[in-house]
Amino acid sequence: MTDTAQPTKAPRSQWWDIWDQFRHHKGAMLASFVFLLILFAVLFGKFLWPIDPAYNDFGAMDQRPSLAHPLGTDGLGRDALAQMIQGGRTSIAVGLTAMLLSLFLGTFIGVLSGYFRRLDGILMRITDLFLALPLLPLLLVMMMLFREPLSAAFGPEMGIFILMVSAIGITSWMPTARIVRGDVLALKEREFILSAQSIGTTPFKMIMRHILPNVMSPIMVSATLGIANAIITESALSFLGLGFPPDFPTWGRLLNDAAEYLQIYPERVIWPGLAISLTVLSVNYIGDGLRDALDPRLRKR
Amino acid sequence: MKMKTILMGAACAFAMAPAAFAERGSDGQLNIIYWQAPSTMNQYLSGGNKEQDAAALVNEPLARYDASGAIVPWLVDEVPTVENGGVSADLKTITWKLTEGLKWSDGTPVTSSDVKFTWEYCTDPDGGCASSNYFDGVASIDTPDERTAVIHFSEPKPFPYGPFVGASTPIIQKAQFENCVGAKAQECTTENFNPIGTGPFVVTDFRPNDVISFKANPNYRDPNKPAFATVTFKGGGDAQAAGRSVLETGEFDYAWNLQLSPDVLASMESAGKGTVIKGFGTSVERIMINLTDVSPDLGDERGTIKHPHPFLSDINVRKALSMAIDRALLTKIGYGETGKPTCNVLPAPAIYVSTANDSCLTQDIEGANKLLDDAGWVKGSDGIRAKDGVRLSVLYQTSTNAVRQKYQAAIKQWWNQIGVEVELRNISASVFFGSDPGSNDTFQKFFADVEMYTNNFNGTDPEGYMASWTCAQIPSPENQWQGNNMPRFCNDDYEALVKEMSVTGDINKRAELAKAMNDMLMQNYIILPITHRASVSARSNTLGGVDMNVWDSQMWNVADWTRAK
Repeated sequence: MTDTAQPTKAPRSQWWDIWDQFRHHKGAMLASFVFLLILFAVLFGKFLWPIDPAYNDFGAMDQRPSLAHPLGTDGLGRDALAQMIQGGRTSIAVGLTAMLLSLFLGTFIGVLSGYFRRLDGILMRITDLFLALPLLPLLLVMMMLFREPLSAAFGPEMGIFILMVSAIGITSWMPTARIVRGDVLALKEREFILSAQSIGTTPFKMIMRHILPNVMSPIMVSATLGIANAIITESALSFLGLGFPPDFPTWGRLLNDAAEYLQIYPERVIWPGLAISLTVLSVNYIGDGLRDALDPRLRKR
Repeated sequence: MKMKTILMGAACAFAMAPAAFAERGSDGQLNIIYWQAPSTMNQYLSGGNKEQDAAALVNEPLARYDASGAIVPWLVDEVPTVENGGVSADLKTITWKLTEGLKWSDGTPVTSSDVKFTWEYCTDPDGGCASSNYFDGVASIDTPDERTAVIHFSEPKPFPYGPFVGASTPIIQKAQFENCVGAKAQECTTENFNPIGTGPFVVTDFRPNDVISFKANPNYRDPNKPAFATVTFKGGGDAQAAGRSVLETGEFDYAWNLQLSPDVLASMESAGKGTVIKGFGTSVERIMINLTDVSPDLGDERGTIKHPHPFLSDINVRKALSMAIDRALLTKIGYGETGKPTCNVLPAPAIYVSTANDSCLTQDIEGANKLLDDAGWVKGSDGIRAKDGVRLSVLYQTSTNAVRQKYQAAIKQWWNQIGVEVELRNISASVFFGSDPGSNDTFQKFFADVEMYTNNFNGTDPEGYMASWTCAQIPSPENQWQGNNMPRFCNDDYEALVKEMSVTGDINKRAELAKAMNDMLMQNYIILPITHRASVSARSNTLGGVDMNVWDSQMWNVADWTRAK
């Protein structure tokens, strides 16, 4: 007679393991803290610092940092801190949303083309096509065709936001798709997939339960790079006049506007530059930590 | 005895010094930087300022504009006028007489047949000449002798100084360009890159879109000029780097077109190596007001005179928009010393400048509010004025440019204060100023309520410029949206003034007419001028003789430039 040992307590959920692993990644913990801080600042900063970022105070133009204006003012007397808060909302919103869109598209196409041999050829040629498309002329055409209908339907700011996010999203999914496809192709030949197939798992279940969790780590890395890419693309577009209306600050626009004053007012370049760098860096570190935590082989280390 | 020799020697050296100073080529090397690089040395194949300026070192016209805008003889002894008999009484011919003994840089004499050839060269229909409009109305050119050229116009020309005057229409050598007429004009690269001219310098090496080297012309008409032996004309980079290379590091002697914000320029200048120089021409930054309805619902008739604008057709609204703008403050922010607030769309030359509109220089928000109240535009709960269901909400477009976006932000605030809602839009300059009829974002199609840009005119005569606001110049689908009348202004009294000016020869009468036209445009508030902009260049503190000229090429008097000791 053998006594089956009964578990004394409920088994730990795998998310607890992930959290444990993540907690031990010092860089990721610090990065999460910084990222949450930035998120908090741009979401609630408006209430703590209630100056209107669009208000031109002609009596206080070109001021250096002071108590009244902790980050100084620009050439029209607009408060730099208020602009940073307002700009951060747009930049982070564009960055996160565009990243999610491009991640979704990239993963979807990557998994399909890696898993279904018949779709592989055509999907990869589409990917090549998008890679070969010159980005700026494409965006110009999109802006020309869709700006007016979208502005009419959602208002100028929301319309441009949708246009911008989709423009960045659909022009930056290709690297993710390629990486995911490669990983899926390798996974498909593994024994556990074979055994899952032998018990009759449907392709949908197979992808959701066995493939996706295993390609999580390259997707995470893509995501972190994607946010940075989206914020930078947005600033380039704003600079060309294709982006948000000119009185609508974003970090990229603030940076571009200040570039001319690099020598006279270096702080105007430093604030948005620092904000972009910190956001991108912290997201990168969070991605790094998550990848380590999500990978079961690394976790058991 | 020895002492005496030394003293004599010193005295001699002293006496020789001024002579040596004025000798050709005694001042060595001159370095010029243009941050847009010239692509050819032939003014007729490019309308660009950069090519005109580079080629002005070599090719010269018969007469030029000096820094004050007056016409001065250049390759002739006097400028023909009706008084000295050079222009016929019926205003249909003008007779130019070349200075005696003029030589091309290869030593051959300049003759009237070169003048005639230049006209033939530029008016060849296959040649694609950039300056052909300067020869409009020229019927023929006679050359009764080697030094005399008689230009016949098909109609009376009150202002006959279009051809061969100014930077765009220099004389080119017949012997060199004889085989380069018509379709072959672009193919003659050796000729176009190394023209034989009458100017103070000759090209030694031309690299398109990069750098040009010159040396002094050995056959130049004044044996003591130019003072510089060689010139390097460097192209490329950006305005900021060009400004820095003259004002801060002193690597270059002259930099052109420094469109930088005033505080940046001032901080560069404070380095003490150079000086910012400016000249006020005819450039005015202005807001154009659209008198037609641009609602997308109108389809093909959008932005045409069939549909008047729902609220900007009310003069009170236009006037209030003008009153709310603080022109002096804007100009200080955007241009500093290199701009002046203005209330005229025709800001120069001095004799054409009206003073009737100067009240607009003072901002009057209260007055504007009162004007709108009296006109029945009532503020709603959102602070935006409306009348009969029409809200005062304007779309304000301009090109992408740091200064313009500052203007937009400031003007938006003031217009909000008088109860006008403003949506801002900036469009890439290449699209906005590109004349592609397929794009809805061009300044000519003007699918917005107000738009802002700078415009100017060449030379000193405003006749063509003031004729921009006639009914025939309205951009519409019928003319592929070409034309200069952006506000779509159409007024019989204005047409009459334009017509009168085209047949009036007397300069004072012409000035009166030009002022009357300017005042009519201003008092209808269809154009809101804001800033009279200067051309801005920089010269090294060791460079003498520079006389900033906005009416002609900036290189117009390069023969007189010297190295200040």
